[in-house]
Amino acid sequence: MPEILTLQRLNAHYGDFQALYGVDMSLEQGEVLAIIGANGAGKTTLLRSVSGLMSNGADQVRYRGQPIGALRADQIAALGIALVPEGRQLFPSLSVEENLLIGGRLKRTGPWNLNTVFELFPVLKERRAFPSTALSGGQQQMVAIGRALMSNPDLILLDEISLGLAPVIIKTIYDALPDIVGEGMSAVIVEQDISKALSVSDRVYCLMEGRVTLESSSKDISREAISHAYFGID
Amino acid sequence: MDWVNALVQGTLLGGLYALFAAGLSLIFGVMRLVNIAHGELIVLGAYLGLTVVMATGLHPLLALLLVMPAMGAFGYVLQRGILNQTLGDDILPPLLVTFGLSVILQNLFLEGYTADPQKMDAGALEVASVAVGGLSLGVLPLLTFGIAVAVIAVLQFIFYRTPLGRAFRAVSDNQDIAQLMGLNKRHIFGLAMALALVVTAIAGILLGIRTSFDPTAGGARLIYGFEAVIIGGLGNLWGTLAGGVILGVAQTVGAKIDPGWQLLAGHIAFLVVLAVRPNGLFPRVSG
Repeated sequence: MPEILTLQRLNAHYGDFQALYGVDMSLEQGEVLAIIGANGAGKTTLLRSVSGLMSNGADQVRYRGQPIGALRADQIAALGIALVPEGRQLFPSLSVEENLLIGGRLKRTGPWNLNTVFELFPVLKERRAFPSTALSGGQQQMVAIGRALMSNPDLILLDEISLGLAPVIIKTIYDALPDIVGEGMSAVIVEQDISKALSVSDRVYCLMEGRVTLESSSKDISREAISHAYFGID
Repeated sequence: MDWVNALVQGTLLGGLYALFAAGLSLIFGVMRLVNIAHGELIVLGAYLGLTVVMATGLHPLLALLLVMPAMGAFGYVLQRGILNQTLGDDILPPLLVTFGLSVILQNLFLEGYTADPQKMDAGALEVASVAVGGLSLGVLPLLTFGIAVAVIAVLQFIFYRTPLGRAFRAVSDNQDIAQLMGLNKRHIFGLAMALALVVTAIAGILLGIRTSFDPTAGGARLIYGFEAVIIGGLGNLWGTLAGGVILGVAQTVGAKIDPGWQLLAGHIAFLVVLAVRPNGLFPRVSG
């Protein structure tokens, strides 16, 4: 399968602080990639760099071979990359339905629309007119995922979608993931719950202090390899 | 009856103040930009109206058809060309730049139109009145109030019933996440400023019909606009109308007590509201 996303020696900075050091990474079309790592490892920074919320050297991020590292977030969204940000970050002054509709404003063609998102998460249909802030954390996460799907992306970036949610809600959301990343969509999942990340991904990268410490197939990876890459211990 | 008359006249005057304030409220609501040049932009609308009237002989209200799109286009270019560059975490640059813009506009008015007071002639409309319940109400103030209600209703419709309004609210809530939805915030801010200056054009022409104006007339209009926005509650368009009405009534009631108290009474009403309800009477509820 052709590569859809390529990171080449990606560096990222917050002022004087360097968060990523020469990260190399690749993702094939239809593949699901998991990125694991401790707090502060650079996982969210990596997704912010891909989605355009952080500007980088143009060639450090390539999408379908095209350099996108210096593009704005709205330009990258128009190319078919959607981010489900950490902490949901819904628009508080918009209703549930309006949050979903604004996700679909790019009008890219594909299987996702208001009806298919409501089929995936039926509870949202019942609460479509609610202010987004009136929902539970799990329901807000469903809106955040639905909002990203409404743009019919070719690549979806999911940042800590289980963070702060009850186990039963996490199960509901992860049970829905195969439906989400079916249809040939590619995905990058950033997750601290390693077992969840491995269960839904094809390959896994581990980051530690801004550097890639492991790249492996998710099926073949050993507990010892993860411990070494995640904590730097043997 | 005199007191009832003062209340009614103040309410109608409040319509004009609401128009002064609506553009200010819109710009602050969408991009958190405090536009110190707003008063001069109102006066710019009046001068453009005067220019159109003098050049074409059109009635000032018909001149709106030319002045509104011109002000809208100017607003978009101003926002994309200058003001977007000032927006960020620091609130000082937009304050300084819009203050500088107000000084530049005042001097351009002086160069182009001299310091003499000007006024637009609206003919019989200026003196026409209708008798309502023993009161004699001017048609122009009634029309102004009706236009203010219509403008607020249209803005409310745009904000809460259209994709453009959704985009305004999304960018206002979270600029970064709005960009992820494919919204170019610079373009959205440009559209917001364009819409604000279309409303400002209406306010400017009604100002120029109602009273005389000169290059320094913007300062007082900026203060009235600020006071109406803050009395009504930031980010609430109907609240802005209510704020304008409260300000107008305070002024006419003050003038009824003593003609010298007209402006002071408005400022006192503003200070009382600020002291009792710092977020205004009808703040926007969100988050």
